[in-house]
Amino acid sequence: MTGPVATAVMAPAVPGRLQLAGVSKVFGRGDQRVVALEGVDLTVEPGEFVAVVGGSGCGKSTMLTLAAGLEEPTTGTVEAAGGVALMFQESTLLPWLTAAKNVELALRLHGVGRDERQERARRLLAKVRLGRHADKRPHELSGGMRQRVALARVLAQEASIVLMDEPLGALDAMTRDQMHDLIEDVWQESGFSVVFVTHNVREAVRLADRAILMGSRPGHIVQELQIELPRPRVMDAAPVAALASELTRRLREEVARHDESDYFDI
Amino acid sequence: MTSPTTSTSEQEASPLGPRRFDVGRWARRSLAPVILAVALFLGIWQAVVLTGWRPDYLLPGPATVLAALGEISAAGEFWQALGRTLLRALTGFGLAAAIGTLLGLVVARSRLLRAAIGSLVTGLQTMPSVVWFPLAILLLGLGEQAIMFVVVLGAAPSIANGVLTGVDQVPPAYFRLGHVLRAKGWNLYRFIVIPAALPSYVGGLNQGWAFAWRSLMAGELLVVIPGAVGLGNRLAFAQEFGDAAGLLAYMIVILVIGMLADLAFSALSRRIRLRRGLTVR
Repeated sequence: MTGPVATAVMAPAVPGRLQLAGVSKVFGRGDQRVVALEGVDLTVEPGEFVAVVGGSGCGKSTMLTLAAGLEEPTTGTVEAAGGVALMFQESTLLPWLTAAKNVELALRLHGVGRDERQERARRLLAKVRLGRHADKRPHELSGGMRQRVALARVLAQEASIVLMDEPLGALDAMTRDQMHDLIEDVWQESGFSVVFVTHNVREAVRLADRAILMGSRPGHIVQELQIELPRPRVMDAAPVAALASELTRRLREEVARHDESDYFDI
Repeated sequence: MTSPTTSTSEQEASPLGPRRFDVGRWARRSLAPVILAVALFLGIWQAVVLTGWRPDYLLPGPATVLAALGEISAAGEFWQALGRTLLRALTGFGLAAAIGTLLGLVVARSRLLRAAIGSLVTGLQTMPSVVWFPLAILLLGLGEQAIMFVVVLGAAPSIANGVLTGVDQVPPAYFRLGHVLRAKGWNLYRFIVIPAALPSYVGGLNQGWAFAWRSLMAGELLVVIPGAVGLGNRLAFAQEFGDAAGLLAYMIVILVIGMLADLAFSALSRRIRLRRGLTVR
């Protein structure tokens, strides 16, 4: 870990706990220097479902790449206890492998033997309701089906922390609804913690235990909100809609505040 | 969990069903143009012969040449020459593939090496490989080694280049995926980078084969090894003996081998692209 020692006291490492303390991330140097994140403190408890909401350029994807260990933070510490799996915006299934082989690859790279990984891949695909499409290649599947294979691949990694970077951004409303149910199902069954990045406030309210609102320039956490609505929640139901519009209002305020400060900077 | 999730059905039918080889379609799309090309070629040739530009014994027509081809192919020495040439081609190409692939993979891992070797490879490719023959003969003598040297030198750079281009074009998202799946070192190459680079690699192999074949024919025209006569040697003999029909017959054989190899590579490349959904029928 780089940078100054974090002031926050680290809780002992329990599988599924993700802790970001005093995290900032700077890209480039000199004129090209961009501060993507600044002063981010976030703790995700084991089994918790956290949604990170913000407009484009608020550093929410950067936060995930740091949490996944794909990049090192410029300052601060990132501590992820237990394995971390990442689900991308695009499914990034390998196009030369069938759905089953894509899932099997994750198992193979975790040292699972052939018979067991074939068996487990079939079971995972059945769990995401793709049992009959196991031998299709990604280009023969619809966008929603591809993301379900990606979800099965995430499950294959048996990680205690699952990071999702706008995984449903490219899907139509109907398919997205079904994916919400599916993601909620497997999360409740497996007990991993989730950080779910989205720009869709209603989606955050539909899925999360806690929503983190982020602002931009530089990316930082504006506020967070416990979502105490009982599950299962329905995307179009009144309580979800009410909370979502409240969140939207707060995000708008944040954006307006920034536009104003930009205005006065000039 | 009680939420109604059964609607996530498996009924989202894929628009692209399983693909089977369609003979009729293949005949229309791939075979018909070839037949037309052959007909055009034979027609032009016959027309030139009919103008009487050169006497018959210097420029015979297609019918004479095809008859000569039939006669030649009945003799054992033709099959020996064909066998010898194919053996050289496959050995040379195999060597070039092994060296080129290895070189490409090693160079791909180092940015500095890649820049340096990259320009070297491009430089080598601009040089006609025949130019290497005098040096090869000087260093290795008039023999198989000289031929192999030039064939490998002609083909390996293209193959290495195919590997390099392929590795360069692997989407960054695949490397991130590799990191998340904990594919490191050789595993990253084996399961992600090499398969991702495959289409470009096959392109490099195809180009490498074309260079190998040209170099080999140039070699067989220049280097005669007693007891090891190839198609190129036969071509040269036919010219020396003033056997125009035989000469043209051997040319046709050389052309056909080149075309068959090219067809095989296109079929392979098409198969790979189809499996990945990179092309539609």
